[in-house]
Amino acid sequence: MPEYRLRTPLSEEDVRKLRVGDIVYLSGIIYTARDAAHKRILEYLKEGKTLPFDLKDGAIFHCGPVAIKRDDKWAIVAAGPTTSTRMEMYEYDVIEKLGVRMIIGKGGMGSRTAEACKKYGAVYVTFTGGAGVLAAQSIKRVLEVYWLDLGIPEAVWVFEVEDFGPLVVAIDSTGRNLTEEVVREAIARKERLLSKT
Amino acid sequence: MSLEEAMVKAVVEAITRASIYLPPDVKQALQRAYEEETSPAAKAQLQAILKNIELAEKLKAPICQDTGLITFYVRVGARFPAIRNIEDALIKATREATKSVPLRPNSVDPISGRKPGDNTGRYVPIVIWDGVNSERDTLEITVVPKGGGSEYVTTFNIIPPGKGLEGVKELVLDTVIKAGAMPCPPVIIGVGIGGTADFAMYLAKKAATVRKIGTKHPDPTIAKFEEDLLRMVNELGIGAMGMGGKASTALAVHVDYAYRHPATYAVAIAFQCWAARRATVTIKPDGSYFVEQ
Repeated sequence: MPEYRLRTPLSEEDVRKLRVGDIVYLSGIIYTARDAAHKRILEYLKEGKTLPFDLKDGAIFHCGPVAIKRDDKWAIVAAGPTTSTRMEMYEYDVIEKLGVRMIIGKGGMGSRTAEACKKYGAVYVTFTGGAGVLAAQSIKRVLEVYWLDLGIPEAVWVFEVEDFGPLVVAIDSTGRNLTEEVVREAIARKERLLSKT
Repeated sequence: MSLEEAMVKAVVEAITRASIYLPPDVKQALQRAYEEETSPAAKAQLQAILKNIELAEKLKAPICQDTGLITFYVRVGARFPAIRNIEDALIKATREATKSVPLRPNSVDPISGRKPGDNTGRYVPIVIWDGVNSERDTLEITVVPKGGGSEYVTTFNIIPPGKGLEGVKELVLDTVIKAGAMPCPPVIIGVGIGGTADFAMYLAKKAATVRKIGTKHPDPTIAKFEEDLLRMVNELGIGAMGMGGKASTALAVHVDYAYRHPATYAVAIAFQCWAARRATVTIKPDGSYFVEQ
C-alpha cells in the first residue's frame, strides 16, 4: 500500500493521485464537523451568511472530541472519528460549495459523496474507529472552537495536527468506494455460505 | 463516610475503570484477531486498536471519545441496607465521573435538543434492575458505557416462526452485512431470541455487552449455533473497520433466548464495538467494595 504525507491546504493534484487503499498521514489544520455543524453550514450558505471559517482546500473530520479546559486552554483527551453515514445527506453540498478536499471519518460513505469526490476532486479517508487516544496524540493544539452552543461533541473544533494517521483512502476521486466493495463481496459470500448448509 | 457516599465513590471508580481499561477477555480476543488476520488493511486497523488500548492505559484517558450513554445493570442483595439510595447514588456518580474521567457530555433531550452537560436526563443514566438475590447483603453493579456507533445498526425483527434457527442465521448475516463498517468491527454480536419485543432486546444487549468472551452457553445446541454463526460472520470478510478481512469482523457471537409466544418469533440483534467496556463493582454493607473486569 503506497503511503503519502500530505499537508493542508490540499491541492486538487494532492488528492487526485490518491487511490482506494492508500495510506495518508496528514499535517496542518483540520476542522471537526458532525451532523449539527453540517446542517448549520448549509443553513448559512442558503441564507447567504458568511461562515466564520474557510474550508477551501481543507479537511473535515467527523469527530466529537472529549475536551477539557485546563488553565483557560482547551485540551483534547480523546478524538476518534464518528460514524460518517449520518453526514451522507450533507456532504455532497459541502464538498461542492466549500471546496473541501478531504473528509475524515469512519464506517464508510455513500454514492452521493463518491460522486462529489469524483466531480470536484476530493477523497474520503478513514481513521480507526474508537482509537480516540491515538488520534489525540497527533493533535498538537486547539486553534479555535466555533459554535460551542451546539455542545462539545457537535461544535466545530479547529485542530493543528502532525502526521495524523494512518488514514486509509476509502473513497477516491475515480469513483471507487472501498467499504461498498467489501459489502458487495460479503453479499456474494453470504449466498455461498447459506447454499452450503 | 456514609454508605451512600461510599456507593457514589465505588460507582465512580467502576465508571472510571470501564472507560479507561478494556476487560482482559476483550483484550485477548483483539490480540488473537490481530495475530490471525491476514488482510494487511484490517491488520493495520487492529494494530492501531492495540496501540490505542495501551495508550489509554498509560495516559489514563478514555479509550474512545464516545464515552457512551452510561448503563447500569443492578443486582440487589435483599439484605443490602441502602436500597432506597441506589438510584440517587448512580446519578450522582455519573455526574461526578463526567467531570473526573472526564467523559464526553453525551445526553441530549430528543424533544427540545437540550443538553444537560453531565450525562444525566430523563431515564439517563439507564438503570436496569437486573434481579434480587434473597440470600445476599451486597449490591452488584455492572457499568456499561454504551457507544453510539454500534447502537446505530442494532435491530429488532419478528420472523415467521416456521423459519426457526435457520431464519435467525440468515437474519444475523444480513444484519452484519448491512451494518458493514459502521459498528467499528471487530464487534461482539448479541442475539436475543423469543420473549416479548423488549425482553428479546434486553437479552441481546446483555449478551453483547455483559457476557464475557470465551464463555460457553450452557445449552449445547445454542453453544454450537454460536460457534457456527461466528465462523460464518467472519467468512463474510468485512474485517476490522470494514476494510476487508477474514478474521476480524466479529470477536464473538453470543445468543440467548426466552420461550416465545406461538404467533411470534422475536429476534433482536445488538452490536458491541471492539471497545467493549464494562466493569462490575460489588459493594458491602460496611461501604467497602471491589471492582472486577
